[in-house]
Amino acid sequence: MGLLALFRRTPPTANVAKERLRIIVAQERSARGGPDYLPLLRRELLEVIKKYVNVDPEAVQVNLEREDGHEVLELSVALPGGKRL
Amino acid sequence: MTEIIVVTSGKGGVGKTTTSASISCGLARRGKKVAVIDFDIGLRNLDLIMGCERRVVYDFVNVIQGDCTLKQALIKDKRIETLYVLAASQTRDKDALSSEGVRRVLDELTAEGFDYVICDSPAGIEKGAHLAMYFADRAVVVVNPEVSSVRDSDRILGLLASKTQRAEKGNGGVKEHLLLTRYSPKRVATGEMMSVTDVKDILGLDVIGVVPESTDVLSASNAGVPVILNEESDASRAYDDAVARLLGESLPMRFVEEPKKGFFARMFGG
Ligand SMILES: Nc1ncnc2c1ncn2[C@@H]1O[C@H](COP(=O)(O)OP(=O)(O)OP(=O)(O)O)[C@@H](O)[C@H]1O
Ligand SMILES: [Mg+2]
Repeated sequence: MGLLALFRRTPPTANVAKERLRIIVAQERSARGGPDYLPLLRRELLEVIKKYVNVDPEAVQVNLEREDGHEVLELSVALPGGKRL
Repeated sequence: MTEIIVVTSGKGGVGKTTTSASISCGLARRGKKVAVIDFDIGLRNLDLIMGCERRVVYDFVNVIQGDCTLKQALIKDKRIETLYVLAASQTRDKDALSSEGVRRVLDELTAEGFDYVICDSPAGIEKGAHLAMYFADRAVVVVNPEVSSVRDSDRILGLLASKTQRAEKGNGGVKEHLLLTRYSPKRVATGEMMSVTDVKDILGLDVIGVVPESTDVLSASNAGVPVILNEESDASRAYDDAVARLLGESLPMRFVEEPKKGFFARMFGG
Protein backbone atom coordinates (compact mmCIF):
# COMPACT_ATOMS: atom_id res chain seq x y z
CA MET A 1 0.00 0.00 0.00
CA GLY A 2 1.38 3.39 -0.91
CA LEU A 3 1.30 6.68 0.99
CA LEU A 4 -1.64 7.87 -1.02
CA ALA A 5 -3.60 4.77 -0.16
CA LEU A 6 -3.00 5.47 3.54
CA PHE A 7 -4.97 8.68 3.30
CA ARG A 8 -8.00 7.39 1.48
CA ARG A 9 -8.10 4.12 3.30
CA THR A 10 -11.47 2.42 3.71
CA PRO A 11 -11.95 0.52 6.97
CA PRO A 12 -11.21 -3.20 6.55
CA THR A 13 -14.53 -5.03 6.45
CA ALA A 14 -13.58 -8.58 5.47
CA ASN A 15 -13.93 -9.75 9.07
CA VAL A 16 -17.43 -8.33 9.29
CA ALA A 17 -18.36 -10.15 6.09
CA LYS A 18 -16.95 -13.39 7.39
CA GLU A 19 -18.79 -13.19 10.68
CA ARG A 20 -22.12 -12.31 9.08
CA LEU A 21 -21.77 -15.15 6.60
CA ARG A 22 -20.81 -17.65 9.26
CA ILE A 23 -24.08 -16.97 11.07
CA ILE A 24 -26.45 -16.74 8.11
CA VAL A 25 -24.99 -19.81 6.40
CA ALA A 26 -25.30 -21.89 9.57
CA GLN A 27 -28.87 -20.71 9.97
CA GLU A 28 -29.83 -21.46 6.38
CA ARG A 29 -28.19 -24.85 6.53
CA SER A 30 -30.14 -25.79 9.60
CA ALA A 31 -33.42 -24.79 7.92
CA ARG A 32 -32.55 -26.71 4.77
CA GLY A 33 -34.53 -29.88 4.30
CA GLY A 34 -36.49 -28.95 7.39
CA PRO A 35 -40.22 -28.24 7.44
CA ASP A 36 -41.42 -25.36 5.24
CA TYR A 37 -43.30 -23.78 8.13
CA LEU A 38 -40.14 -22.56 9.88
CA PRO A 39 -40.12 -19.05 8.37
CA LEU A 40 -43.84 -18.65 9.07
CA LEU A 41 -43.40 -19.96 12.59
CA ARG A 42 -40.67 -17.41 13.14
CA ARG A 43 -42.84 -14.57 11.83
CA GLU A 44 -45.81 -15.53 14.00
CA LEU A 45 -43.62 -15.95 17.08
CA LEU A 46 -42.24 -12.51 16.47
CA GLU A 47 -45.76 -11.08 16.31
CA VAL A 48 -46.71 -12.70 19.60
CA ILE A 49 -43.55 -11.61 21.38
CA LYS A 50 -43.98 -8.07 20.11
CA LYS A 51 -47.27 -7.86 22.00
CA TYR A 52 -45.26 -8.00 25.21
CA VAL A 53 -41.84 -6.62 24.48
CA ASN A 54 -40.51 -4.56 21.65
CA VAL A 55 -37.92 -6.84 20.09
CA ASP A 56 -36.02 -6.60 16.87
CA PRO A 57 -36.67 -9.27 14.16
CA GLU A 58 -33.05 -10.25 14.51
CA ALA A 59 -33.66 -11.10 18.16
CA VAL A 60 -35.84 -14.08 17.35
CA GLN A 61 -33.98 -17.09 15.99
CA VAL A 62 -35.48 -20.43 15.11
CA ASN A 63 -33.05 -23.26 14.56
CA LEU A 64 -33.61 -26.87 13.74
CA GLU A 65 -30.95 -29.13 15.18
CA ARG A 66 -30.63 -32.73 14.16
CA GLU A 67 -29.17 -34.97 16.81
CA ASP A 68 -28.88 -38.70 16.26
CA GLY A 69 -32.31 -39.59 15.03
CA HIS A 70 -34.39 -36.80 16.51
CA GLU A 71 -34.91 -33.17 15.72
CA VAL A 72 -34.83 -30.34 18.19
CA LEU A 73 -36.48 -27.03 17.45
CA GLU A 74 -34.44 -24.39 19.19
CA LEU A 75 -36.02 -21.01 19.82
CA SER A 76 -33.97 -18.14 21.03
CA VAL A 77 -35.26 -14.68 21.91
CA ALA A 78 -32.88 -11.95 22.86
CA LEU A 79 -34.58 -9.32 25.02
CA PRO A 80 -33.71 -5.64 24.67
CA GLY A 81 -32.06 -5.35 28.09
CA GLY A 82 -29.64 -8.12 27.21
CA LYS A 83 -31.73 -10.64 29.18
CA ARG A 84 -32.78 -13.87 27.49
CA LEU A 85 -36.29 -15.30 27.53
CA MET B 1 -15.71 -43.43 -18.32
CA THR B 2 -17.20 -40.05 -19.02
CA GLU B 3 -17.13 -37.58 -16.17
CA ILE B 4 -19.78 -34.89 -16.12
CA ILE B 5 -18.72 -31.67 -14.41
CA VAL B 6 -21.12 -28.81 -13.75
CA VAL B 7 -19.76 -25.29 -13.36
CA THR B 8 -22.30 -23.48 -11.23
CA SER B 9 -22.67 -20.65 -8.70
CA GLY B 10 -26.17 -19.45 -7.94
CA LYS B 11 -25.24 -15.81 -8.28
CA GLY B 12 -24.87 -14.39 -11.77
CA GLY B 13 -21.80 -12.88 -13.33
CA VAL B 14 -19.23 -14.49 -11.03
CA GLY B 15 -17.21 -16.21 -13.76
CA LYS B 16 -18.90 -19.52 -14.63
CA THR B 17 -18.59 -19.14 -18.39
CA THR B 18 -15.01 -17.87 -18.13
CA THR B 19 -14.23 -20.89 -15.94
CA SER B 20 -16.06 -23.41 -18.15
CA ALA B 21 -14.16 -22.21 -21.20
CA SER B 22 -10.76 -22.33 -19.53
CA ILE B 23 -11.26 -25.64 -17.78
CA SER B 24 -12.46 -27.27 -21.01
CA CYS B 25 -9.44 -25.98 -22.91
CA GLY B 26 -7.13 -27.04 -20.10
CA LEU B 27 -8.46 -30.58 -20.01
CA ALA B 28 -8.50 -30.92 -23.79
CA ARG B 29 -4.99 -29.63 -24.12
CA ARG B 30 -3.90 -32.40 -21.79
CA GLY B 31 -5.24 -34.85 -24.34
CA LYS B 32 -8.71 -35.42 -22.90
CA LYS B 33 -11.71 -35.53 -25.21
CA VAL B 34 -13.95 -32.74 -23.96
CA ALA B 35 -17.39 -31.33 -24.78
CA VAL B 36 -18.47 -28.07 -23.19
CA ILE B 37 -22.21 -27.34 -23.16
CA ASP B 38 -23.88 -23.96 -22.68
CA PHE B 39 -26.99 -24.51 -20.54
CA ASP B 40 -27.88 -20.82 -20.50
CA ILE B 41 -30.92 -21.13 -22.78
CA GLY B 42 -31.90 -17.78 -24.25
CA LEU B 43 -28.59 -16.17 -23.31
CA ARG B 44 -25.99 -17.90 -25.45
CA ASN B 45 -22.51 -16.66 -24.49
CA LEU B 46 -20.08 -19.53 -24.25
CA ASP B 47 -19.69 -19.50 -28.05
CA LEU B 48 -18.35 -15.93 -27.86
CA ILE B 49 -15.91 -16.71 -25.07
CA MET B 50 -14.73 -19.78 -26.99
CA GLY B 51 -14.51 -17.72 -30.20
CA CYS B 52 -16.80 -19.94 -32.30
CA GLU B 53 -19.91 -17.74 -32.46
CA ARG B 54 -19.98 -17.57 -36.23
CA ARG B 55 -19.82 -21.32 -36.58
CA VAL B 56 -23.01 -22.06 -34.66
CA VAL B 57 -25.51 -23.71 -37.00
CA TYR B 58 -27.39 -25.98 -34.66
CA ASP B 59 -27.70 -25.73 -30.89
CA PHE B 60 -28.44 -27.81 -27.80
CA VAL B 61 -32.23 -27.45 -28.15
CA ASN B 62 -32.08 -28.44 -31.83
CA VAL B 63 -30.41 -31.68 -30.80
CA ILE B 64 -32.96 -32.34 -28.07
CA GLN B 65 -35.87 -31.65 -30.41
CA GLY B 66 -34.41 -33.88 -33.11
CA ASP B 67 -33.84 -31.10 -35.68
CA CYS B 68 -30.30 -32.36 -36.18
CA THR B 69 -27.89 -34.98 -34.93
CA LEU B 70 -25.52 -34.35 -32.03
CA LYS B 71 -22.59 -34.63 -34.45
CA GLN B 72 -24.00 -31.79 -36.57
CA ALA B 73 -24.38 -29.52 -33.55
CA LEU B 74 -20.98 -30.12 -31.94
CA ILE B 75 -18.55 -27.38 -32.98
CA LYS B 76 -14.99 -28.62 -33.20
CA ASP B 77 -12.49 -26.18 -31.73
CA LYS B 78 -9.93 -24.87 -34.22
CA ARG B 79 -7.08 -24.71 -31.70
CA ILE B 80 -7.39 -27.92 -29.73
CA GLU B 81 -8.01 -31.19 -31.53
CA THR B 82 -10.13 -32.90 -28.87
CA LEU B 83 -12.39 -30.02 -27.84
CA TYR B 84 -16.04 -29.52 -28.86
CA VAL B 85 -18.61 -26.85 -28.05
CA LEU B 86 -22.39 -27.26 -27.90
CA ALA B 87 -24.04 -23.84 -28.04
CA ALA B 88 -27.13 -22.79 -26.13
CA SER B 89 -30.27 -22.01 -28.01
CA GLN B 90 -31.48 -18.43 -28.36
CA THR B 91 -35.10 -19.44 -27.87
CA ARG B 92 -37.12 -17.64 -25.27
CA ASP B 93 -38.88 -20.86 -24.36
CA LYS B 94 -37.30 -21.88 -21.06
CA ASP B 95 -39.02 -25.26 -21.27
CA ALA B 96 -37.12 -26.18 -24.39
CA LEU B 97 -34.73 -28.20 -22.24
CA SER B 98 -36.17 -31.39 -20.83
CA SER B 99 -34.58 -33.72 -18.38
CA GLU B 100 -35.09 -36.62 -20.81
CA GLY B 101 -33.51 -34.65 -23.63
CA VAL B 102 -30.48 -33.68 -21.57
CA ARG B 103 -30.03 -37.27 -20.49
CA ARG B 104 -30.10 -38.45 -24.12
CA VAL B 105 -27.42 -35.96 -25.16
CA LEU B 106 -25.19 -36.87 -22.21
CA ASP B 107 -25.65 -40.58 -22.93
CA GLU B 108 -24.67 -40.05 -26.53
CA LEU B 109 -21.55 -38.10 -25.54
CA THR B 110 -20.68 -40.97 -23.22
CA ALA B 111 -21.15 -43.46 -26.04
CA GLU B 112 -18.94 -41.30 -28.27
CA GLY B 113 -16.10 -41.75 -25.80
CA PHE B 114 -15.84 -38.25 -24.39
CA ASP B 115 -13.69 -38.13 -21.25
CA TYR B 116 -15.29 -34.97 -19.87
CA VAL B 117 -18.50 -33.07 -20.38
CA ILE B 118 -18.42 -29.58 -18.87
CA CYS B 119 -21.85 -28.07 -18.21
CA ASP B 120 -21.82 -24.26 -18.04
CA SER B 121 -24.79 -23.50 -15.80
CA PRO B 122 -26.95 -20.39 -16.01
CA ALA B 123 -27.24 -18.24 -12.89
CA GLY B 124 -30.10 -18.75 -10.47
CA ILE B 125 -31.73 -21.88 -9.14
CA GLU B 126 -34.38 -22.33 -11.82
CA LYS B 127 -34.82 -25.08 -14.38
CA GLY B 128 -31.68 -24.40 -16.45
CA ALA B 129 -29.43 -24.44 -13.39
CA HIS B 130 -31.21 -27.52 -12.11
CA LEU B 131 -30.76 -29.45 -15.37
CA ALA B 132 -27.12 -28.39 -15.67
CA MET B 133 -26.35 -29.98 -12.29
CA TYR B 134 -28.78 -32.90 -12.29
CA PHE B 135 -26.60 -35.49 -14.05
CA ALA B 136 -23.25 -34.23 -12.74
CA ASP B 137 -20.58 -36.41 -11.15
CA ARG B 138 -18.66 -33.39 -9.96
CA ALA B 139 -19.35 -29.73 -9.40
CA VAL B 140 -17.08 -26.73 -9.60
CA VAL B 141 -18.79 -24.04 -7.56
CA VAL B 142 -17.52 -20.66 -8.72
CA VAL B 143 -17.45 -18.05 -6.00
CA ASN B 144 -16.25 -14.47 -5.61
CA PRO B 145 -14.94 -13.40 -2.18
CA GLU B 146 -18.02 -11.33 -1.56
CA VAL B 147 -21.03 -11.90 0.73
CA SER B 148 -23.84 -12.51 -1.75
CA SER B 149 -21.76 -14.83 -3.89
CA VAL B 150 -20.71 -16.92 -0.88
CA ARG B 151 -24.24 -17.19 0.44
CA ASP B 152 -25.59 -18.18 -2.97
CA SER B 153 -22.93 -20.86 -3.36
CA ASP B 154 -24.10 -22.36 -0.14
CA ARG B 155 -27.62 -22.58 -1.54
CA ILE B 156 -26.21 -24.29 -4.60
CA LEU B 157 -24.32 -26.72 -2.38
CA GLY B 158 -27.63 -27.55 -0.73
CA LEU B 159 -29.19 -28.28 -4.11
CA LEU B 160 -26.22 -30.37 -5.23
CA ALA B 161 -26.67 -32.45 -2.10
CA SER B 162 -30.38 -33.04 -2.68
CA LYS B 163 -31.61 -32.31 -6.20
CA THR B 164 -29.19 -34.31 -8.32
CA GLN B 165 -29.34 -37.82 -9.69
CA ARG B 166 -26.39 -38.85 -7.56
CA ALA B 167 -28.02 -37.49 -4.42
CA GLU B 168 -31.32 -39.18 -5.22
CA LYS B 169 -29.71 -42.53 -5.94
CA GLY B 170 -27.60 -42.21 -2.84
CA ASN B 171 -24.43 -43.32 -4.61
CA GLY B 172 -21.98 -41.03 -2.93
CA GLY B 173 -23.44 -37.74 -4.14
CA VAL B 174 -21.80 -35.15 -6.36
CA LYS B 175 -18.17 -34.38 -5.59
CA GLU B 176 -17.96 -30.66 -4.89
CA HIS B 177 -15.08 -28.23 -5.35
CA LEU B 178 -14.80 -24.51 -4.78
CA LEU B 179 -13.16 -22.24 -7.31
CA LEU B 180 -12.50 -18.75 -6.04
CA THR B 181 -12.20 -16.15 -8.72
CA ARG B 182 -11.71 -12.38 -9.06
CA TYR B 183 -9.43 -12.72 -6.06
CA SER B 184 -7.36 -9.72 -5.12
CA PRO B 185 -4.46 -10.62 -2.79
CA LYS B 186 -3.81 -6.93 -2.29
CA ARG B 187 -7.30 -6.26 -0.96
CA VAL B 188 -7.12 -9.39 1.17
CA ALA B 189 -3.87 -8.11 2.67
CA THR B 190 -5.51 -4.82 3.66
CA GLY B 191 -8.49 -6.63 5.19
CA GLU B 192 -10.96 -5.35 2.61
CA MET B 193 -11.65 -8.72 1.04
CA MET B 194 -12.29 -12.14 2.52
CA SER B 195 -9.41 -14.56 2.13
CA VAL B 196 -9.37 -18.06 0.64
CA THR B 197 -9.30 -19.45 4.17
CA ASP B 198 -12.30 -17.36 5.21
CA VAL B 199 -14.40 -18.62 2.32
CA LYS B 200 -13.19 -22.17 2.75
CA ASP B 201 -14.06 -22.08 6.46
CA ILE B 202 -17.53 -20.70 5.87
CA LEU B 203 -18.45 -23.20 3.19
CA GLY B 204 -16.41 -26.12 4.50
CA LEU B 205 -15.24 -27.28 1.10
CA ASP B 206 -11.96 -27.97 -0.59
CA VAL B 207 -10.63 -25.30 -2.96
CA ILE B 208 -9.65 -26.47 -6.43
CA GLY B 209 -8.33 -23.11 -7.58
CA VAL B 210 -7.93 -19.43 -6.88
CA VAL B 211 -8.02 -17.19 -9.94
CA PRO B 212 -6.84 -13.63 -9.44
CA GLU B 213 -8.73 -10.58 -10.65
CA SER B 214 -7.10 -9.94 -13.98
CA THR B 215 -7.48 -7.53 -16.88
CA ASP B 216 -6.47 -10.41 -19.15
CA VAL B 217 -9.94 -11.92 -18.73
CA LEU B 218 -11.56 -9.02 -20.57
CA SER B 219 -9.01 -9.09 -23.38
CA ALA B 220 -9.49 -12.85 -23.63
CA SER B 221 -13.23 -12.49 -24.07
CA ASN B 222 -12.74 -9.60 -26.48
CA ALA B 223 -10.60 -11.88 -28.62
CA GLY B 224 -12.64 -15.06 -28.19
CA VAL B 225 -9.62 -16.89 -26.82
CA PRO B 226 -10.19 -18.49 -23.39
CA VAL B 227 -7.85 -16.84 -20.89
CA ILE B 228 -6.08 -20.13 -20.09
CA LEU B 229 -4.57 -19.98 -23.58
CA ASN B 230 -2.80 -16.70 -22.77
CA GLU B 231 0.36 -18.17 -21.31
CA GLU B 232 1.54 -14.77 -20.10
CA SER B 233 -1.35 -14.37 -17.73
CA ASP B 234 -1.54 -15.28 -14.04
CA ALA B 235 -5.20 -16.16 -14.60
CA SER B 236 -4.05 -18.71 -17.17
CA ARG B 237 -1.59 -20.29 -14.75
CA ALA B 238 -4.22 -20.35 -12.01
CA TYR B 239 -6.74 -22.08 -14.28
CA ASP B 240 -4.14 -24.56 -15.44
CA ASP B 241 -3.36 -25.44 -11.81
CA ALA B 242 -7.07 -25.94 -11.18
CA VAL B 243 -7.24 -28.32 -14.14
CA ALA B 244 -4.28 -30.27 -12.81
CA ARG B 245 -5.99 -30.55 -9.43
CA LEU B 246 -9.19 -31.75 -11.10
CA LEU B 247 -7.05 -34.49 -12.60
CA GLY B 248 -5.81 -35.44 -9.16
CA GLU B 249 -2.50 -33.60 -8.89
CA SER B 250 -1.78 -31.76 -5.70
CA LEU B 251 -0.17 -28.39 -6.19
CA PRO B 252 0.47 -25.46 -3.88
CA MET B 253 -1.89 -22.49 -4.36
CA ARG B 254 -0.31 -19.64 -6.33
CA PHE B 255 -1.38 -16.00 -6.66
CA VAL B 256 -2.98 -15.90 -3.22
CA GLU B 257 -0.39 -13.56 -1.77
CA GLU B 258 0.58 -10.11 -2.83
CA PRO B 259 3.96 -10.10 -4.55
CA LYS B 260 6.62 -8.52 -2.35
CA LYS B 261 7.37 -5.00 -3.45
CA GLY B 262 10.52 -2.96 -3.10
CA PHE B 263 10.75 0.06 -0.80
CA PHE B 264 10.05 2.57 -3.53
CA ALA B 265 6.94 0.82 -4.80
CA ARG B 266 5.67 0.42 -1.26
CA MET B 267 6.02 4.11 -0.48
CA PHE B 268 4.48 5.40 -3.62
CA GLY B 269 1.93 2.69 -4.37
CA GLY B 270 1.32 1.18 -7.73
N1 LIG C 1 -10.62 -13.41 -12.95
C1 LIG C 1 -11.32 -12.38 -13.48
N2 LIG C 1 -10.79 -11.13 -13.48
C2 LIG C 1 -11.48 -10.10 -14.02
N3 LIG C 1 -12.70 -10.20 -14.56
C3 LIG C 1 -13.29 -11.41 -14.58
C4 LIG C 1 -12.64 -12.56 -14.04
N4 LIG C 1 -13.46 -13.63 -14.21
C5 LIG C 1 -14.58 -13.17 -14.82
N5 LIG C 1 -14.48 -11.83 -15.05
C6 LIG C 1 -15.48 -10.97 -15.70
O1 LIG C 1 -16.72 -11.10 -15.05
C7 LIG C 1 -17.78 -11.03 -15.96
C8 LIG C 1 -18.69 -12.24 -15.81
O2 LIG C 1 -17.99 -13.41 -16.21
P1 LIG C 1 -18.75 -14.68 -16.80
O3 LIG C 1 -19.56 -14.33 -17.97
O4 LIG C 1 -17.75 -15.77 -16.93
O5 LIG C 1 -19.72 -14.98 -15.56
P2 LIG C 1 -20.94 -15.98 -15.49
O6 LIG C 1 -20.97 -16.49 -14.10
O7 LIG C 1 -20.87 -16.98 -16.59
O8 LIG C 1 -22.18 -15.00 -15.75
P3 LIG C 1 -23.72 -15.43 -15.96
O9 LIG C 1 -24.24 -15.75 -14.60
O10 LIG C 1 -24.34 -14.23 -16.56
O11 LIG C 1 -23.71 -16.63 -16.87
C9 LIG C 1 -17.18 -10.91 -17.32
O12 LIG C 1 -17.19 -9.56 -17.69
C10 LIG C 1 -15.76 -11.39 -17.14
O13 LIG C 1 -14.88 -10.77 -18.04
MG1 LIG D 1 -22.37 -17.56 -18.04
